[in-house]
Amino acid sequence: MIRKIAISAVSALTLFTGSAWAAGEAKTVDIPFSFEGPFGAFDEHQLQRGLQVFTEVCSACHGLKFLRIGALAEMGGPMLPEEQVKAYAKNLTVIDKETGEERTATPADRFPENNGAAAPDLSVMAKARAGFHGPYGLGINQFFRGIGGPEHIYSVLTGYEENPECAPDGIDGFYYNTGFANGAVPDTCKDEAGHPMIEGSWIAMPQPMSADQVTYADGTEASLENMSEDVSAFLMWASEPKMMVRKESGFKAVLLLGLLSVLLYLTNKRLWSGVKGKKKVA
Amino acid sequence: MAGIPHDHYEPKPGFQTWLHNRLPIVSLLHGTLTIPTPKNLNWMWIWGIVLTFCLAMQIVTGIVLAMHYTPNVDLAFASVEHIMRDVNGGVMLRYLHANGASLMFFAVYLHIFRGLYYGSYKAPREVTWVIGMIIYFLMVATAFLGYVLPWGQMSFWGATVITGLFGAIPGVGPALQEWLLGGFAVDNATLNRFFSLHYLLPLVIAALVVTHIWAFHTTGNNNPTGVEVRRGSKEEAERDTLPFWPYFVIKDLFALSIILMLFFAVVGFMPNFLGHPDNYIQANPLATPAHIVPEWYLLPFYAILRAFDNTVWAVQLVQFLTFGIVDSKLFGVLAMAGAIVAMGLAPWLDTSSVRSGRYRPMFKWWFAILVVDFIVLMWVGSQVPGTFTGWVGLIASTYWFAYFFVVLPLLGVLEKPLLQPATIEEDFKSHYANPAE
Repeated sequence: MIRKIAISAVSALTLFTGSAWAAGEAKTVDIPFSFEGPFGAFDEHQLQRGLQVFTEVCSACHGLKFLRIGALAEMGGPMLPEEQVKAYAKNLTVIDKETGEERTATPADRFPENNGAAAPDLSVMAKARAGFHGPYGLGINQFFRGIGGPEHIYSVLTGYEENPECAPDGIDGFYYNTGFANGAVPDTCKDEAGHPMIEGSWIAMPQPMSADQVTYADGTEASLENMSEDVSAFLMWASEPKMMVRKESGFKAVLLLGLLSVLLYLTNKRLWSGVKGKKKVA
Repeated sequence: MAGIPHDHYEPKPGFQTWLHNRLPIVSLLHGTLTIPTPKNLNWMWIWGIVLTFCLAMQIVTGIVLAMHYTPNVDLAFASVEHIMRDVNGGVMLRYLHANGASLMFFAVYLHIFRGLYYGSYKAPREVTWVIGMIIYFLMVATAFLGYVLPWGQMSFWGATVITGLFGAIPGVGPALQEWLLGGFAVDNATLNRFFSLHYLLPLVIAALVVTHIWAFHTTGNNNPTGVEVRRGSKEEAERDTLPFWPYFVIKDLFALSIILMLFFAVVGFMPNFLGHPDNYIQANPLATPAHIVPEWYLLPFYAILRAFDNTVWAVQLVQFLTFGIVDSKLFGVLAMAGAIVAMGLAPWLDTSSVRSGRYRPMFKWWFAILVVDFIVLMWVGSQVPGTFTGWVGLIASTYWFAYFFVVLPLLGVLEKPLLQPATIEEDFKSHYANPAE
């Protein structure tokens, strides 16, 4: 009898955890990014390297349609000199909203949309994916580690592996990726309940980059891991270029309200002291 | 204004009398600020101020956001990104507004449970209570409408699911749903009318808040003992009360300041904590998200909506008795609405002669279970439906109704209440040694 109860308790537990991960699990590598936590800030050199990776690799297919080119010069971002931003804009062509014709971009324009390829726009990608949720999926660790969006991007970029044993031929036109959970999984890799038995799934994007594909001006080694980390940080900034402004405002508000709270506490205490007197112990 | 005897505003000769004879607005403000307030109010009586502040903050930030937002299916998502990137202070405005809704619901739930515990709903405060429930209902509607505006995936699919509920109403349902949507599916017409209503309803809420305050200023505040303020003479009333200004204004502002400090930490450091990543993906009618969930503050009632499927015998019975008119879908809709209506009926369902839960030994336990029940329902609402969560949801939903329709009426008969203090003054003096004595 007891055994029976124990079994049903275990199956109830697995049912409920199983349902939470119905889409399959992906491997998410936790990177200690510089911008995490209340005091974290973007590393402008990393953002500049990430911009280079985006420009030389990702932009071949992906767009950044909400990001203003001029933001590259702003505080809390890659902080490129104005001249470099102007030069960067000159290499891009955009469609003029008024004339409807192609022209050279200026810093006031946004990055171009994607070039007709079936690649999603990356403007808010780092906020649209949650790499990890914390205990019980509550997202508690967001305060210190962020939502895990850039980690997800890193994990996909570094997650390409040989087809697993359960599906040696894979899926035609798709690529096995341990960091990507939302793709298709062959039936041979699923258990009886239909849950994937492998990490990740198959993604339409072929492996986009390999080591030494770019040459960093600051001498950083262009390993796959470094490039992936840099471009993930850059995409986080592209998703929220005003992150530093926001944290600063939050910091000031918390400090000022803390001060106000102390003053109001003392005022309140003094105001009521004539009425209340001392608190009785029992 | 209040029935509690106290000094009234006396206009001085000259301009004050001139204005007073034409528009007694100074008298109204004076009466509101100096209203005699029970001096034993505890820290659970601060949420009203927090809510008033939230409403003002939501309206002010909302008006500015509306200046930069475009209610069009092709432009809405981009206009929100425009606010986040290009508008001065836009990033804070939007995060304050989005998280402000969460703060407002957090405060309203504590406010409601405060009222339920201390019997604030009982005579003579039934009208205050019912107005409060209408305000809460409008808050739910406003929050839902507002969540649709950024036109992300959760916006779109949340709107699709919730408007689909209206289609469950027999006869007029499909026509009603089409009327709400402005078409056969969630589309541009839907977004436009949702924007319009999202702007309108907070102003209705503001008007109702005024009547809510007017009502309890007429009856006087409830207090932790549930014992009424003595009204025999001004001197007697003054031993039970203190004027709202400055005593309670300063106390409430202190509490508000602490709460806002925590609120700004959330807005500044983890503004997307309570949101859903899928809402940063532009709405796509062709791709359904794997897991459609409402915001956290709607989860308990969402759980009640889903709890009653057609495997429940009560649902089968009702379906049989109504010749199939009330099927499981409609039953769920009725249950969700009924869960709020049940709260509104509390003044007439509670048969106990004692107001405050402090002096009700059995009630305390049933109330504690109700609080846990609410949290459990919130958790169930966030989960993908399964066998286990289905059972928990059904039990928890049933308890919600049982509390109001069975427990409250029976306890008044079965329970032997503890001795209440004779006056508020007595309760206050049992906690503090007055220096004047």
